Amino acid sequence: MTMTIRALLGATALVGTAGAALADGHATTLTIATVNNGDMIRMQGYTDQFTEETGHQVEWVTLEENVLRQRVTTDITTNGGQFDIMTIGMYEAPIWGANGWLVPLDDLSDEYDVDDILPAMAGGLSHDGTLYAAPFYGESSMIMYRTDLIEAAGVEMPDSPTWEQVRDAAAAMTDRDAEQYGICLRGKAGWGEGGAFITAMANSFGARVFDENWDPQLDSPEWAETVNFFKDMMDAYGPPGYATNGFNENLNLFQQGKCGMWIDATVAASFVTNPDDSQVADSVGFALAPNTGLGKNANWLWAWALGIPAGTQKADAAKEFIEWATSKEYIELVAENEGWANVPPGARQSLYDNPDYQSVPFAQMTLDSILSADPNNPTVEPVPYVGVQFAAIPEWAGMWSQVSQELSAAYAGQQSVEEALEKAQAIAVEEMEAAGY
Amino acid sequence: MARAASNRSRFGWTILAWIIGLILFFPILWTILTSFKTEAEAIAAPPSFLFFDWTLENYGVVQERSNYMRFLWNSVIIAGGSTVLGVLIAVPAAWAMAFQPTKRTKDILLWMLSTKMLPAVGVLYPIYLICIQLGVLDNRAALVFILMLINLPIIVWMLYTYFREIPGEILEASRMDGATLKDEIVHVLTPMAVPGIASTLLLNFILAWNEAFWTLNLTAVNAAPLTAFIASYSSPEGLFFAKLSAASTMAIAPILVLGWFSQKQLVRGLTFGAVK
Repeated sequence: MTMTIRALLGATALVGTAGAALADGHATTLTIATVNNGDMIRMQGYTDQFTEETGHQVEWVTLEENVLRQRVTTDITTNGGQFDIMTIGMYEAPIWGANGWLVPLDDLSDEYDVDDILPAMAGGLSHDGTLYAAPFYGESSMIMYRTDLIEAAGVEMPDSPTWEQVRDAAAAMTDRDAEQYGICLRGKAGWGEGGAFITAMANSFGARVFDENWDPQLDSPEWAETVNFFKDMMDAYGPPGYATNGFNENLNLFQQGKCGMWIDATVAASFVTNPDDSQVADSVGFALAPNTGLGKNANWLWAWALGIPAGTQKADAAKEFIEWATSKEYIELVAENEGWANVPPGARQSLYDNPDYQSVPFAQMTLDSILSADPNNPTVEPVPYVGVQFAAIPEWAGMWSQVSQELSAAYAGQQSVEEALEKAQAIAVEEMEAAGY
Repeated sequence: MARAASNRSRFGWTILAWIIGLILFFPILWTILTSFKTEAEAIAAPPSFLFFDWTLENYGVVQERSNYMRFLWNSVIIAGGSTVLGVLIAVPAAWAMAFQPTKRTKDILLWMLSTKMLPAVGVLYPIYLICIQLGVLDNRAALVFILMLINLPIIVWMLYTYFREIPGEILEASRMDGATLKDEIVHVLTPMAVPGIASTLLLNFILAWNEAFWTLNLTAVNAAPLTAFIASYSSPEGLFFAKLSAASTMAIAPILVLGWFSQKQLVRGLTFGAVK
């Protein structure tokens, strides 16, 4: 009986709120394009709360990352108006913002506290100081390692190791007969897969993709040193077939206990420490991505963010949703229902100031990793572009996909590293000349 | 002696056919089995084949997250509509080419087929812009029309092959009996070609059902079919293979059942005219 009355009261309140919104003449249905990952799916589950608060309905279009990218790019470049909110990354936000394809998020409410967004995230999602997409969650990359294997091997993992220390630790933990590999890294072709990893790694070796005049630098000694170091280490201590391993393949290997170390996205920390999925959940340690002592670590910076295409007729309602989904209150809502380890990380400073969140084992290392990546100053030598593991120019995705294919072919032994870099340089020169740089 | 050798040979071929059939079916079987595993079991190494804790949990999650019936209904409308419309247009076209050929008929047939050789992405932007201008993005009717155009060359080719098998004398006889052109196509040709038309319908229904470029790029919410349903469960950051397998199984189940019941017609359709 009590349940029935509660349900009726709840329904009445819901109808009342929605009715009020309708009476204001602004209740609408928002269509949101997004990716299928844990945090986004979780957000879809809480959409009813947003509808209850505002009266706006939400329709989700969830797609695989590459399909989503093609889909939203087609729509925004043609002003198709299919979506009111798009889930985009740090690569798209500044380019699309510069082209006038996104609604500037320069009038968010005081309660939203835009200054609480981590500066690295806000910087990567802005163009000329204007924010064009609000980060839902952010990530960097870091070392996840097996504390039990490190201890058994008699080596130590510092909080900020060099590449030599990482290689030595990998050597000490490798036991090929037992299918135990010292290190697992991305070798898979694709600018967002192996292409992203090797670029961030090259930054730590003092390499850069372009010099100040936009001339490609893939024929530099630093690039040769980076790729040779990667290949030699992976050939000796990595899993077989690493040239085709991406995030999911390595996650699988690590969760099965086959990797001593894995350097990848900080969001993976919640997967590998989840005892439901991971066989090694209670023996994972974290460290900053490696360096070579030149002042740059090999970690990237990325955010999945919500932006509003300029073609939408529902910009005000879309802003309401973005303020709700990327707010401090949303984080608290998730924490209350699902625990602090499951809140969307890496977007707000206040999350890392929260004592409850500080008790999550990977929280501090995630923040340290994010703070040590600077998209405006990603390399040892100066560069003309913004972005750590990519350059935020429209030509990047096509060009770097081709380059990473050449590098993957070298990892697989189909060509030498020198040949791969020679071809990569030719690809980059041709693309940049064609683009008029 | 000869009969024993013949039996042995037939037995050998049967075994080989079964092995090839099982190899071809294995990925589908594996997908179905994975859909009943937990996420941890789905990625376990070595993988378990049948002896695991069977669960319907993934189907429950997929049902909860997605409006399966809406995707299914869109698939039925789009695949069915485009196939029927295509056959309606292709029957007269194939009749003309089979029974009233000109010296350019072969060229026209080849030209029609050549349109299939263009990568679809090459015309994505023009078609997307046309859809915007006409206001038919995320519209089932538009997809029916586009998929019909895409499959039309195959439908015409298949029907042309069937019609060529029908003796022209029968049509001539009907004409001598006073049949009009319409009578000839509707009452004489079509009944004789029913098996061929049925095979064509089935095969093109399957092609349209599985089409995953235009159906992903031209839809959002209202017209999204089962291809979009599957795409929503593929994740680059996270191992959700069991849920993806459940979604895939739900997406292929209707077409698998249809294919099972119509396998005779399908095989006949695919091999018709291959052996004279």
